[in-house]
Amino acid sequence: MDNREKVVVIRDLYKAFGELEVLKGVDLDLFREENLVVLGRSGTGKSVLIKIMVGLLQQDSGSMEVLGKEISKLGVRDLNDMRLKIGFSFQNSALYDSMTVRENMEFPLVRNVKNLTKKEITLRIEELLEAVGLPQTINQMPSELSGGQKKRIGVARTLVLNPEIMLYDEPTAGLDPITCVEINNLINEVRERYKTTSIVITHDLACAKQTGDRMAVLLDGQFRAMGTFEEVFPHAEDQRIKSFYDYNFINS
Amino acid sequence: MAGQSGTRKHVFSKKIDAFFKGLADAWIFFKRFFQEVFVPPYEFKEVIHQCYRIGVESLPLISLTGFIVGIVFTNQSRPSLSEFGATSWLPSLIAIAIVRAMGPLVTALIAAGKVGSGIGAEIGSMKVTEQIDAMEVSATNPYKFLVVTRVLATTFMIPVLVMYTDFVALMGAFINVNANELVSISTFFAQVFSSVTFLDVFASIIKSVFFGFTIGMVGCYKGYNSSKGTEGVGRAANAAVVISMFLIFIEELLSLQIINLFRVK
Repeated sequence: MDNREKVVVIRDLYKAFGELEVLKGVDLDLFREENLVVLGRSGTGKSVLIKIMVGLLQQDSGSMEVLGKEISKLGVRDLNDMRLKIGFSFQNSALYDSMTVRENMEFPLVRNVKNLTKKEITLRIEELLEAVGLPQTINQMPSELSGGQKKRIGVARTLVLNPEIMLYDEPTAGLDPITCVEINNLINEVRERYKTTSIVITHDLACAKQTGDRMAVLLDGQFRAMGTFEEVFPHAEDQRIKSFYDYNFINS
Repeated sequence: MAGQSGTRKHVFSKKIDAFFKGLADAWIFFKRFFQEVFVPPYEFKEVIHQCYRIGVESLPLISLTGFIVGIVFTNQSRPSLSEFGATSWLPSLIAIAIVRAMGPLVTALIAAGKVGSGIGAEIGSMKVTEQIDAMEVSATNPYKFLVVTRVLATTFMIPVLVMYTDFVALMGAFINVNANELVSISTFFAQVFSSVTFLDVFASIIKSVFFGFTIGMVGCYKGYNSSKGTEGVGRAANAAVVISMFLIFIEELLSLQIINLFRVK
């Protein structure tokens, strides 16, 4: 019996797009301050899972409780309140490209936190930019930033509202190996500094190994393996999990 | 043969389904504007920003086009009137044509091309790069921030641009008339104001409001519902222009019928 506090509880979750069934009875428990890595090949529904968590998509059946509340049953106001507790770092960073870095970070803050002075807003933004190591970019446009910098700013923007849960969608996709390591370090730093619970969606095993306390491998719409990196890999019995490991670490 | 015809029927029925689904989606999107526009929070700052972008940034193109329309229309009308020795009617003819139809139509068509495609492409690329999702997960209503503000801005600014186009086109016409018929500016504008009625100006403004609403709404709808990928963004921008123009002509036709009911015979 695990006595740790459960932050996310998913039971028998189903989601299909037309005739394509993506999630077929997913079960998952996520514990407070844990970093869970969800692994799987492209198109297996990893991103769908976290999009349901923030109400961007709706499950067809099953339940998803986040911080004790069933997401599909929340009204607009309650869902927005819940979203403030969840930070979502998008695969392509999703920075607003018509706004500077400062405006990008101000955007969620001024809309959701009342009675903040300009000075407080600036202090908060500067503190977070310092935390992600990019204080000099404050007045730059997203088009002037590199891929790694965009990811960092994207993470800083989600942290601006002090989320309890961080969701990272493919944080290292499209980045060079050194920047990947920097992003992985950032994910770990965020957890330590802000005491967040995280789900990292990836198919990069190096990222998984560096950031995850626990791995969950999504295959055929269900979690087929769950445990620490050493428990799940490298001696997996399931051939598909084994080849996933081989291609990441041996063949490359 | 039977198999082929069955497949064709299937494809055809799928297309009909998609058409009606598209209509239903468009109706829901349209209805949502009126559900959101009166409910706080109001994005005044963004509305003003969009008004500036749509209004001020369109001025150079609108100025040039309006001016040229005034000159060209005057030049084209002169031979017909001179056959009857009626070139003195040029200011009246031009004023009526510009205020009643050409000013609103030219402005709306240019705005559909410039502003409508811009809105479609901007919102489409935001959709493709997950910026709209990012807004939603940060507890901001993207429809209100992106759609309501832009539709309000086009609805406010197109009538203003139409009045400006009317003025610039009349100035173009005046320069032409002045050079050929040696008519002074006071005589020219005296004729213009004596031939244009309150109903002409009022109707022109009202239909411009509808044109502006159409341009904003179609641009936003196409952008907001663009399919994934950069190709989808291009298609959204293109469809925004084509559909806006089509609807503008339909609205022009309808408004003509309605306004004629109010004219004193």
